[in-house]
Amino acid sequence: MAVADLELNSSITQQKERSLWQKSMDRLLRNKLAVISGIFIILMVLVAVFAKQLTPYTYAEQDLIANNAIPKWMLFIMPEGAENYANFSDKFPLAADHLGRDLLTRTIFGARVSLTIAFAGSLVSLLIGIVYGMISGYAGGRVDNLMMRVVDFLWAFPFLIVVILLQTYFKAIASRSGGEGMGGAFINLNNQMGGLLFLFIAIGLINWLGMARIARGQVLSYKQMEFVEAAHALGANDTRIMFKHLLPNILGPLIVAETMAIPGYIFTEAFLSFIGLGVNAPTPSWGIMIQEGVQALRSYPNQVLLPAIALSLTTLAFNFLGDGLRDAFDPRQIDK
Amino acid sequence: MAENNSLVRVEKLVKHFPITQGVIIQRQVGAVKAVDGISFDIKHGETLGLVGESGCGKSTTGRTILQLHEPTAGKVYYDGEDLTTMGESDLRRLRREMQIIFQDPYASLNPRMTIGDIIGEPLDIHKIGTAKERLERVQELLNLVRLNPFFIKRYPHEFSGGQRQRIGVARALALNPNFIVCDEPISALDVSVQAQVVNLLEELQEKFDLTYLFIAHDLSMVRHISDRIAVMYLGKLVELADKDELFYNKMHPYAIALLSAVPIPDPVKERQRKRIILEGDVPSPAKPPSGCRFHTRCPIAQDICKVEDPPFEEKTPGHWVACHFTKKAQEEML
Ligand SMILES: Nc1ncnc2c1ncn2[C@@H]1O[C@H](COP(=O)(O)OP(=O)(O)OP(=O)(O)O)[C@@H](O)[C@H]1O
Ligand code: SF4
Ligand SMILES: [Mg+2]
Repeated sequence: MAVADLELNSSITQQKERSLWQKSMDRLLRNKLAVISGIFIILMVLVAVFAKQLTPYTYAEQDLIANNAIPKWMLFIMPEGAENYANFSDKFPLAADHLGRDLLTRTIFGARVSLTIAFAGSLVSLLIGIVYGMISGYAGGRVDNLMMRVVDFLWAFPFLIVVILLQTYFKAIASRSGGEGMGGAFINLNNQMGGLLFLFIAIGLINWLGMARIARGQVLSYKQMEFVEAAHALGANDTRIMFKHLLPNILGPLIVAETMAIPGYIFTEAFLSFIGLGVNAPTPSWGIMIQEGVQALRSYPNQVLLPAIALSLTTLAFNFLGDGLRDAFDPRQIDK
Repeated sequence: MAENNSLVRVEKLVKHFPITQGVIIQRQVGAVKAVDGISFDIKHGETLGLVGESGCGKSTTGRTILQLHEPTAGKVYYDGEDLTTMGESDLRRLRREMQIIFQDPYASLNPRMTIGDIIGEPLDIHKIGTAKERLERVQELLNLVRLNPFFIKRYPHEFSGGQRQRIGVARALALNPNFIVCDEPISALDVSVQAQVVNLLEELQEKFDLTYLFIAHDLSMVRHISDRIAVMYLGKLVELADKDELFYNKMHPYAIALLSAVPIPDPVKERQRKRIILEGDVPSPAKPPSGCRFHTRCPIAQDICKVEDPPFEEKTPGHWVACHFTKKAQEEML
């Protein structure tokens, strides 16, 4: 009998079983930059969640006597001669803005806006993108063709301009009335969220297109694979094939793409807030803070610096994490 | 050719893949004629070997028989029932009896599922047994293909090619099928492992009275495992006979050329073996040659071959050939 006997002593009996997810995780943890970025993002999330507990001030609290106040140690980043005009106060560890609001507090609360946008934007675009892309790729043929032409059409559409126009319109209505009916309720909800609702919708709408393309491409390549055919041969229905066989395999690249897209979401929010179409004042967003700070850039560069540093570090962290995830999910690395 | 003891009967089976063009409105501009009207039957308990060059439509034949591709035309009967006109639920019931083993042991197992889940999936799909019974069945199947049941929680990437192929065999066996399409199950494996898998397949055939359609490149392996052999060229069958008949009394020029590449064990005969190297490339199945599809490469082609497609005829009992000049082929090429 030539068939090998039970492979009891095979080397793999000695190892522990590891799924591809675990292996990817191992690879990610070996990437220092990605780990540091991950820790930074987790810290930021904690700061955002516990913002109220972390600072004694609120983001809207004004101390008009202490407008533009800076602590003494900050002189070294101020322009020459600042000691002659500056309003020194040690009440605010990282200085105050032109209304005497604590900048550190506002930056901390600004993290809430940016991170909410990051996660809500990803969630919205990922959900719409996966559903749309998977249906398109799985159906194939004419349906796929039609669905992808729609994506191409929308892709060529200048969404940012549409968002700017819509936001201008909504802001105008919102400032005029408390709102009635469906639209009114919507506007009220948006106001209660500090203007965030429309931002979620806008950012989700812009970004699902890319996710749909990736999801569709992945489905197209996986649905030809023999294990999917094997499932068909066993009598599996479409739902089972989509959720058990396709989704777990296409998720990796989507997560990577989504992580890489997050800096874009944060920037879009900052940009819209910067031009006054994002969150409503006095909700602090890094974009609004930079916009306010820019007006006093020559005398008080510190007011721009703080939110700008927060914005840069956060987007950098997401970029590094995305890079790390991409390497970790790289199928060519699978056996390392 | 419809005999009573046939388990699978294929009649004038056609599978064309449409070639489309156009960005918004897609028009069909042609078709890849992967399988173009083939008829044969597979007898209960036998192994029918299917050979031919790459791209001639072997895999498509196997998959269309199992209705993994929808046939363009023709019939497939399994145990007397027509699969091509059958509804979803009837087909699902019959899927328990027909299975497939794939060529690529890497692509044929879902990398995100454990071995236990992969082998247990057929039981899950057809809702067979309780969780505990399924687990026992999976362990039994792993033993059957000589893998340690201890591996049940492992993932495919932790196994070698041969082991993975045996996992594929276990999955195919889970529902106790009668008929299995083996699509080049050993081509991707190391030579040392090939024999193991072939022996396992033979052993399982004996044990469970299985019927195989065995697709392969390697003619000596096909000769070893098959009872009858069918030779395919560009979407058509050109010759079909018992394996010994085919090896000793081959009639079709393409089959003669193909088999001339197989070494003969007898050293005297081996020295006399005439190797025939075919000239030219296989034509595209999207534009097959007129008349006999082999005429562009056939060493004995005549004018009539370019216009008239030779019928697939039973020249001697059980020996089917599609060629106008079988006598000439045997005289000039052997
Ligand atoms: N899903 C498909 N869509 C379009 N064309 C296809 C498809 N599957 C196969 N073909 C084409 O049909 C022809 C036959 O392919 P098939 O895979 O059946 O060949 P094969 O004999 O199994 O070859 P190999 O020995 O390489 O496996 C090829 O030209 C191939 O390109
Ligand atoms: S029919 Fe003609 S071309 Fe075709 S195989 Fe026979 S001799 Fe060759
Ligand atoms: Mg093939």
